[in-house]
Amino acid sequence: AMDTDLSSQDRKDLDKFIKFFALKTVQVIVQARLGEKICTRSSSSPTGSDWFNLAIKDIPEVTHEAKKALAGQLPAVGRSMCVEISLKTSEGDSMELEIWCLEMNEKCDKEIKVSYTVYNRLSLLLKSLLAITRVTPAYRLSRKQGHEYVILYRIYFGEVQLSGLGEGFQTVRVGTVGTPVGTITLSCAYRINLAFMSTRQFERTPPIMGIIIDHFVDRPYPSSSPMHPCNYRAGEDNGAVYPSVEDSQEVCTTSFSTSPPSQCVFTVTKAHFQTPPPVVTDTLKVPVMGLAFSHQLSSSRLSYQPAALGVGSADMGYPVLFAGGLNAAHPHQLIGPGKEGGVPPVPSQPAHGTQADQERMCTPLDGVHYSAVTPSSSEDTETVSNSSEGKCGSPQDLLETIFIRKVGAFVNKPINQVTMANLDIPFAMFAPKNVELEDNDPMVNPPESPETESPLQGSLHSEGSSGSSTGNTHDDFVMIDFKPAFSKDDILPMDLGTFYREFQNPPQLSSLSIDIGAQSMAEDLDSLPEKLAVHEKNVKEFDAFVETLQ
Amino acid sequence: SCPLSSRCCGPSGAAPAMNCRAEVLEVSVEGRQVEEAMLAVLHTILLHRSTGKFHYKKEGTYSIGTVGTQDVDCDFIDFAYVRVSSEELDRALRKAVGEFKDALRGSGSDGMGQISLEFYQKKKSRWPFSDECIPWELWTIKVNVVNLANEQERQICREKVGEKLCEKIINIVEVMNRHEYLPKMPTQSEVDNVFDTSLKDVQPYLYKISYQITDSLGTSVTTTMRRLIKDTLAL
Repeated sequence: AMDTDLSSQDRKDLDKFIKFFALKTVQVIVQARLGEKICTRSSSSPTGSDWFNLAIKDIPEVTHEAKKALAGQLPAVGRSMCVEISLKTSEGDSMELEIWCLEMNEKCDKEIKVSYTVYNRLSLLLKSLLAITRVTPAYRLSRKQGHEYVILYRIYFGEVQLSGLGEGFQTVRVGTVGTPVGTITLSCAYRINLAFMSTRQFERTPPIMGIIIDHFVDRPYPSSSPMHPCNYRAGEDNGAVYPSVEDSQEVCTTSFSTSPPSQCVFTVTKAHFQTPPPVVTDTLKVPVMGLAFSHQLSSSRLSYQPAALGVGSADMGYPVLFAGGLNAAHPHQLIGPGKEGGVPPVPSQPAHGTQADQERMCTPLDGVHYSAVTPSSSEDTETVSNSSEGKCGSPQDLLETIFIRKVGAFVNKPINQVTMANLDIPFAMFAPKNVELEDNDPMVNPPESPETESPLQGSLHSEGSSGSSTGNTHDDFVMIDFKPAFSKDDILPMDLGTFYREFQNPPQLSSLSIDIGAQSMAEDLDSLPEKLAVHEKNVKEFDAFVETLQ
Repeated sequence: SCPLSSRCCGPSGAAPAMNCRAEVLEVSVEGRQVEEAMLAVLHTILLHRSTGKFHYKKEGTYSIGTVGTQDVDCDFIDFAYVRVSSEELDRALRKAVGEFKDALRGSGSDGMGQISLEFYQKKKSRWPFSDECIPWELWTIKVNVVNLANEQERQICREKVGEKLCEKIINIVEVMNRHEYLPKMPTQSEVDNVFDTSLKDVQPYLYKISYQITDSLGTSVTTTMRRLIKDTLAL
């Protein structure tokens, strides 16, 4: 009844404006939390695809996520579109920083012209949003993300949930636009108490799963979560979406301000040694981060181990991976490939901080540098039903990104936060060592030396003949069964390897045995007089023999 | 000086015409922060008061070009702002702000002054009267330059001024959101009475920037007065 005053064309236009306004709002907010400076170019010629006459880039994955959240609906009374910005530390703790709300209230402005005034005011509101997104505390935080924390975003549709912002949060209104069907309002509620960094009073979300991602493959891992990174890579089109940026629009390159983390490997802290739920759950929090990801990952190569430790990357160029899950049998033991089976080997990692890494990390899209990859996937089967309930799924459902910080020398860090990954060994992450390094590290505690024997005994005995066990005592090396070439022998019907093993420890010579030697010496001494007597008896024969020799 | 008759633009500091809303912002900054603080405020205002270039087509319809934006980081203030991507506009603002800063530093100044950004419309009059300039929005930024003793104070000032500027941006956005009077969208023949069409990539509303410095006696009588006319209408 209220809408009959609005012509159907106007109504259609208005719905379209509101829809694209919502999508652009999300883009502006997420891009403002990427951690990089944004720059787009003005174009005097109308390009026709720049909504609201503003050059706002469309990151496909972000549009995809927004559309998923909206699920074909528009903001209406009681149905608001919210973009939640949160921060996640390298220890896995996270907290909400801001909730941006696009709401609709019932106050209608019947007189207003849709195609003209509403459109222009929506444009003005987007400009205000551009300005306001730079003045809330989260902006500065997002510009500094990378080393100790990352910024995540999540879009949901429905009721606004502000409880995660802590007490005393503040609200800033970006603006309102009256329309014949209601008044659009855009505002931001933001946390003001950011002292968590020192007090650590925020929630701990337990990590879930280990996801191992082969970063050389092409598609990101599936994430049904509304929580996403808007990172994307040039050319990676997620099949999205409106609006394709007009080709003629050029964008200028941004200069990047935050420096990439020098060394960052993944770690698991003791606190996370819990039994995780055995499945990858709905929501995946992924960083909106300038530097975290350098590749799109493929879901086809995605495998997960409930108890596996994810791939670490020394330069954080590899996506998330992983989790806090550990081997159920040995809660503190890391699992490496080849040990338990089923864990795909890690492709060799480039040296830390090589140029190649740096280049991979910042892939430009038309010159705008965003960091890397998006973990969103078009294969997402999870619907947005979670998000429509408001918060994303239960904490257990969250897949966490956990980072290991490389520990420098003299660092006073609890040992359980230091893993093998700190060593500059390739695949160190997968070495089958316990987390409690010092206890078991052979470098720190050398194995017991073998029981000492008498020097004489020791020197005359071949190795392994006495005391110590024969065979492979110090079996640090696994002897691989090998087939040496040309090793077949008709005379000795066994291969070289077997031969070698069998005759590796031959029995010692009897004459070398001290006991026997000692015994015969005694006998010799005793029998000496007899022998002498015998020889004396035959002395004439010996002399005659000697004569013949001369 | 103004190429138009003196009736057009009254002296800076005169009471704004009726229906001209006036907003005043105040900031206290260190000397080296003056430029960035002024640019941040002026650019934020002009972001909201610039459109894409109009392209008139037949039958009185027009299409609008696209406005790009970019982030600007301040060097002396812990602050960043968004401005319109237009080098011409940036140059014009920098020139005005540069002069203001020099005047603030000059002798006779006790470090207080104000810079004004006025949006106006031109109203054509019949001969022999010249066109009128009718302001419809006036922004005044009052500046107080402080002197700091040491590096620690400077560091605190960086942060504090950054926070203050955040408040100013929010204030500006509040005003913009009121959706109060804006000139009607002009026909092709009228466009130069409403917009500055001289830039090649964006089209701000007609504006002019002026400033005044308080002399050491503390009076608001201007010791130096300049006006920068952005409208180079050739009559």
